[in-house]
Amino acid sequence: MSSHAILKRDSQDYGKVQDIDPLVVLSDATRKEIDHWLTKFPPDRKRSALLAALRVVQEQNNGFLDDRVITAVAKYLELPPTWAYEVATFYSMYHVGQCGRHKVSICTNISCWLRGADQLVEHVENSLGIKLGESTADGRIHLVAEEECLAGCVRAPMMLVDGHYHENLSPESVDEILKALD
Amino acid sequence: MSAQAKEGQAPDLVNVEIDGKPVSGPKGAMIIELTDAAGCAVPRFCYHKKLSVAANCRMCLVDVEKAPKPMPACATPVMEGMKIYTRSKRALDAQRNVMEFLLINHPLDCPICDQGGECELQDVAMGYGRSVSRFTERKRVVADEDLGPLVATDMTRCIHCTRCVRFLHEIGGTTEMGGMGRGEHTEISTYIGRSLASELSGNIIDVCPVGALTNKVFRFRARPWELIAKASVGYHDSLGSNLWMHLRRGEVMRCVPRENEAINEVWLSDRDRYSHAALGHAERITEPMITVDGKLVPTDWDSALTAAIDALRQTRDEHGAEQIGALVSGQVSSEELYLLQSLIRSMGSQNIDHRLRQLDLSDSHRLPTTPSLGGSLADIAKAPAILLIGSHPRHDQPLLGHRVREAWKHGASIGSLHSARFACVYDSDWDQIAAPGDFPARLARLIAAAAADADQALPADVAELVAAHPANDEDRTFVASLRKDGARILLGDFAVRHPQAALLRQLAHHLGVLTGASVGEIADSANGMAGWRLGAVPHRLPAGAVASVPGLDAVEMIRQPRRAYVLYGAEAPEDFALGGEAVSALAQADAVIAFASYNHPTLAAHASVVLPIGLLPECGGTMINAEGSAQRVQPAAKLPGQTRPGWRVLRALGGRMDLEGFDFSDIAALQALVDAQLAESTEHQYRVDEIISDASQGEGLEAAVVVGIYAGDAVLRRAQPLQNTVLAERPLMRISPADAQSLGLEGSGHTRLGDGREVAVEIDPEVAAGTVLVSAGLASTLPGLSTGTRVKLGNPEQGHG
Repeated sequence: MSSHAILKRDSQDYGKVQDIDPLVVLSDATRKEIDHWLTKFPPDRKRSALLAALRVVQEQNNGFLDDRVITAVAKYLELPPTWAYEVATFYSMYHVGQCGRHKVSICTNISCWLRGADQLVEHVENSLGIKLGESTADGRIHLVAEEECLAGCVRAPMMLVDGHYHENLSPESVDEILKALD
Repeated sequence: MSAQAKEGQAPDLVNVEIDGKPVSGPKGAMIIELTDAAGCAVPRFCYHKKLSVAANCRMCLVDVEKAPKPMPACATPVMEGMKIYTRSKRALDAQRNVMEFLLINHPLDCPICDQGGECELQDVAMGYGRSVSRFTERKRVVADEDLGPLVATDMTRCIHCTRCVRFLHEIGGTTEMGGMGRGEHTEISTYIGRSLASELSGNIIDVCPVGALTNKVFRFRARPWELIAKASVGYHDSLGSNLWMHLRRGEVMRCVPRENEAINEVWLSDRDRYSHAALGHAERITEPMITVDGKLVPTDWDSALTAAIDALRQTRDEHGAEQIGALVSGQVSSEELYLLQSLIRSMGSQNIDHRLRQLDLSDSHRLPTTPSLGGSLADIAKAPAILLIGSHPRHDQPLLGHRVREAWKHGASIGSLHSARFACVYDSDWDQIAAPGDFPARLARLIAAAAADADQALPADVAELVAAHPANDEDRTFVASLRKDGARILLGDFAVRHPQAALLRQLAHHLGVLTGASVGEIADSANGMAGWRLGAVPHRLPAGAVASVPGLDAVEMIRQPRRAYVLYGAEAPEDFALGGEAVSALAQADAVIAFASYNHPTLAAHASVVLPIGLLPECGGTMINAEGSAQRVQPAAKLPGQTRPGWRVLRALGGRMDLEGFDFSDIAALQALVDAQLAESTEHQYRVDEIISDASQGEGLEAAVVVGIYAGDAVLRRAQPLQNTVLAERPLMRISPADAQSLGLEGSGHTRLGDGREVAVEIDPEVAAGTVLVSAGLASTLPGLSTGTRVKLGNPEQGHG
């Protein structure tokens, strides 16, 4: 899985980010929104704002997270960078490492799986020439490595494209949806 | 089930039944604590008694009556009347099933795994695992990362118990590891492959229940069943952490912690764990040497001892016994300290001192029998407020740093005064960085805050100092917390080695009296407490008796060179505050009798006789830690070549000179002599007197010499694995951005000193203004440089690059 490749670094990578200044990396708008989320938690529970902060910074950073912004968020919230990294790599809504603009998550949980999600994944992988967790060479589409149930079982199989639900999928309808992406 | 405690029983106890046996334990305790206390073996991987409960391995499932399913013993609090079955069918089935899942992704590569033979997973799998795996699918593989020179990784073996993650967050305080990814893709990893920078990192090897984290230094060198464990103690700081040395055929293969709740709990600092790597260093001296035609040549013991005796006698007869001076490391055993002072005093000299790194010895006569920690080490973790004066405990006494962190976690206010802000694992409420010369003023401010509403009058000179430094709100707030019951004021290495140490002691004392906080001094060498108690100081005999005519202290012996020196276990210049001056004093002497374990350029150049002595792991001995507890270590490791225990060499010297008190024949008889001295002692109390210290004046930045965590003694400096870590000392000077600006330095680089010598300079915002923080290794190469001296850094035209 690609997420593994992202995790493996050497100390030189750390050297590149250890001195970054969160006030430089995070834009004013980003910091303003993080500050807003910080007001919702007690001052000694800044860790609780990590989820929101990473989401905001991902928006600022063209839809993905990298060492630079993860470190910046951790420093801004005064948390160990390890914690920010744990959260960023845990949730499928964060994309760690440079990836395609459109995030496509095909649900492979039980209902979708029973309704042929595996064949859909195989079809999309073959037609795009990439595996789950990879992005197309033109930077257009990123197939999210793994997505848990998105509660669209009633019209399975389903997928999520940039936050929008597409249901009752067939290989043909998936092709059409993906083709329509810029 | 009754919620009522039995009559007559403490209300915080609950009664349960474990495997049919009635057991009682504290309310809120987890089942596993009671089963452990009752001796019922419950398998576990993630549970560790010193770490938080994670309950993620599920191995400790037990059967609880009326519970609908097996319960994790580590995360289920006991309740009155609970009936627990650890060996019932339901419990064993649950444990076997968990075991099978845990083994699914485990490589089962025990024959090539370093943990084999001492592996918790292996042991438990023997008891609960199936003999044949039903798993036919592919196992996952995890790439390794480099955690630095001390800890090796085989992350494929990891079972995600997160003990290492919890250790580094909860105990180490550095939070360097985490669980990255999710589900089957979870990997225990550092942040962006950074090597560990915790001074306690080796403990993650011990807590790891599998072979994922192993000892890189020990790796593949021996199997656990080949090893013999001998109890020992650490000798690189004054805590005296308990440890086991694991030996194979007399060679120390590794060290692991030995549980002692009062000192090191179940942990061990990296330097106590890995310093054994230096025992077999190429620079070990293996035979006695004497100088012939200006060169050191190997010889036999007989000639070496004769040469040593001749040199000492000649000096005494021609120039008087006061021309003999003994400089002894505070790291050597009590037996050696006692015999050496006995030898020197029998020769008629009182010149002996172990305080080689200290600069201000002017208050020696007013000091108590030994420095006192002002309470127990364990109680530091319970203190409501701690003031650390010149202490960076993470580096000076690593496990003391852990105690301070524990206190901070329980809500203690921490105050800190040092010349730089070091990376701490706690937050300080009163966080002062100041040039060394400003230390008294900062303490005076606290005294001013404490004295404002006190009825005791301060001595006139202190009152004068205090009046010049009024307190601010921050000082007042911190003083209020120092008034709480159990508060501690601790003078650390940097304070004890400060050029105004006597004044700092005095101010700490006044602050203690005014606030009620106990004042303690952390002994700055591993066995310095014995140095005091056994007469390795010039003004006191063993057992604290006052010497009728005091001799010269370490500073005086160096500043007023002697004709003959006995240099015992110390290396010049590295182990001396006045390193450069010490080397020139040795160079001027007619005779230098060196008791040493390692070759060193100063010995080659200036020693007349070199007597090779063993180190604590080899010779054993009695060590007295900062709390005052004496711990006896048995000899364990093999002595290299013709090296002899120091006490035997001293015994041979004294015996040949027919001195009194050297007629014992074995260590037991010697230890009886030492014990007798330790048992009876003249108690001295700290006496307050007029201020006797002067602040250093002059131009330039004030030097603050700090001894690196792995630079403190001859053994550490040669322990290569420690020297390879990111914590190892780099020879450089650090100055504050403000000073860099006024000197015209734009970035870190090199600069010239007043004498033209070029040194590396780094700009560091954590250094106090007006200070140049110098690593001790570098300072020892710059004669005349010690804490408090003024350093003139050249302007950039002269050599900034």
